[in-house]
Amino acid sequence: MNTLSEQIKDVISTEPVAVFIKGTPQRPMCGNSDRALRALRESGAPITAVDILPDPQIRQELSAFSGWPTIPQVFVKGELIGGADICEALAASGELRQKLDEALGVERVQTVKTVELTAA
Amino acid sequence: MAADSIRARLEDAFPGAEVAVLDRTGGGDHFQVSVTSGRFDGLPLIDQHRLVNAALEALLADGTIHELRIQTKGTATA
Repeated sequence: MNTLSEQIKDVISTEPVAVFIKGTPQRPMCGNSDRALRALRESGAPITAVDILPDPQIRQELSAFSGWPTIPQVFVKGELIGGADICEALAASGELRQKLDEALGVERVQTVKTVELTAA
Repeated sequence: MAADSIRARLEDAFPGAEVAVLDRTGGGDHFQVSVTSGRFDGLPLIDQHRLVNAALEALLADGTIHELRIQTKGTATA
């Protein structure tokens, strides 16, 4: 089985929009995770969410990889966009939609899915 | 006080910056920080936030800051 770290990198590199949150898109457990999800939805993003709560190691490995200390963390095509504050600001200015249009094309399906990581 | 410690670190990291620290919940661990500094001029938002996170690294790592909201602004357009 792949290590947590490998699974995290795999999600980030393969999913169009990967978002690491507390809770799930259906039931966010943190106001900031909710703010990031809203910004993504408003901007027409497909969402692949990873809940970091089941294992504290997920957050440790994620932050070690991204160099970003807080949750949520949003990646578009493998690139870290930022946390809730940046997503909100970029959604409000229209830059997030523009970035998504450029990265994923204008005609995109706005799917929402969840990926569960498993400890090795 | 965590808020004082946050302010001191931000003022150290961004000399001459306009710094505001708000304890959002009154609980002493959810903070909103606003920093206006020439250091941010011309930098993408994510790099501006990275600088703030770096300045507060120790406080984020040891749990002093449980939740952090960041607002940054350069001085070029301010």
